[in-house]
Amino acid sequence: MADTPIPLEVRNIRKRFGNNEVLKGLSLQAHKGDVITLIGASGSGKSTFLRCMNLLEQPDDGELIVHGESVLFKDTKHGREPANQKQVVRMRAKLSMVFQSFNLWSHMTLLENVIEAPVHVLKQPRHEAIEYARQLLERVGLAERADYYPSQLSGGQQQRGAIARALAMDPEVMLFDEPTSALDPELVGDVLKVMRDLAEEGRTMIVVTHEMAFARDVSSQVIYLHQGLVEEAGAPQDVLGNPKSDRLKQFLAPKH
Amino acid sequence: MEWLTSLQTLLSDHTVLTPANLARYGEGLTTTVQLVFLSLIAGLILAVPLAIGRGSKRRWIKLPIYAYTYVFRGTPLLVQLYMIYYGLPSIDALRDWKYWDYVDQAHIWALIAFTLNTAAYTTEIFHGAIKTTPRGEIEAAKAYGMSWGLRMRRIILPSAFRRALPAYGNEVIFMLHASAVASVVTIMDLTGAARFIVTRTYAAFQPYLFVAVIYLCLTFAILYLFRYLEKRLLAHLRPVEG
Repeated sequence: MADTPIPLEVRNIRKRFGNNEVLKGLSLQAHKGDVITLIGASGSGKSTFLRCMNLLEQPDDGELIVHGESVLFKDTKHGREPANQKQVVRMRAKLSMVFQSFNLWSHMTLLENVIEAPVHVLKQPRHEAIEYARQLLERVGLAERADYYPSQLSGGQQQRGAIARALAMDPEVMLFDEPTSALDPELVGDVLKVMRDLAEEGRTMIVVTHEMAFARDVSSQVIYLHQGLVEEAGAPQDVLGNPKSDRLKQFLAPKH
Repeated sequence: MEWLTSLQTLLSDHTVLTPANLARYGEGLTTTVQLVFLSLIAGLILAVPLAIGRGSKRRWIKLPIYAYTYVFRGTPLLVQLYMIYYGLPSIDALRDWKYWDYVDQAHIWALIAFTLNTAAYTTEIFHGAIKTTPRGEIEAAKAYGMSWGLRMRRIILPSAFRRALPAYGNEVIFMLHASAVASVVTIMDLTGAARFIVTRTYAAFQPYLFVAVIYLCLTFAILYLFRYLEKRLLAHLRPVEG
């Protein structure tokens, strides 16, 4: 274990939008096989935190270490920016993200979506990428939908397709940004089932979610954020089963 | 069936549709198609980088491009053609250029005017299409490790071109029709041929009617081509059949 670097580590991330500091120094370590869920009310900064991890948002301060490699930053007149775009591209390819609104590329078929980044970013041979993509689509239950365009699929199918696209990168860490929030209730189950399978096979995952049952059953660590700070963190049975702070108790209380 | 008989008399009118005049129309057709095709191709090649630059965050890139498209969309093509045809040759420095004798031809000036004109419109069409690329799709491209160039080439432009297709089809038709102004700078395009025949035969109606029909046929061919392209390339916007 000591030889292999930690897949993802973030230290003391800070982010402000104008005068509003949304992340006030957040840290996290994702070891191989960890499933970390980030929970919290809307506005707590959990999605922004996740988006800082692959630099879709630029953190104003803090460190980001992907597979042992620290991301370099420089100060510009627009604020702090990554110093080396090549490095950013390389580290992003190790983290794949599943979005709330799927964000499949609408002019490509599902299969083309899945092979796009492996072929053009990882430079895999096309036929190998296609073969692997078909296995992944089979796995998420979309083998027959390979040649459909995203607009021809239901939300749940699109999200499972997006998970196949993420898997095709063989990522170090998978980032999920509220993957079931945009889905009709009856479609949520299929997506969560795929995610449970991934957790079971030992994928390293960081999941922003409102699905408390998923957080309780699947995750190895739960982090509860409140106003840009970690309010409570730990094993799910502790954080969710025995919340200490009043705010978390209130957050977990059944809503009417 | 009265119109059929009148059409027959029209076509059997041997003063207008003589073999010599038909040959003139044929040459005019070739000239028109060449001018329009070449200026569209050149305009397209210019418009792609211009449209990308038009959406740049850097003011020194986007402002000159905006000024260019504004001027060429804000003035009549005929005025642009006159300015290039009569204006450029009055510049001494240009006349001293050693290749001057080779370029001093109406066709070249018309081609330049048409290219600059269609490139301006096409730049704005593509710019609009690029701007409306769904943000989430660009974000996904970033998140999957695509560099700026790769995102442009694989995600933004292919998606934008498809969305721009119907508007660009209109631009092609406009360009075909606008090319008729070439006839005012001595070019024997379709309209030029018709005008020439009018001056020879004093028949004011038939020569123009004949070219109008040719323009209609060309327009129909363009419409058909774009409908085919849309059917092929916009499949992702249609609901699945069955």
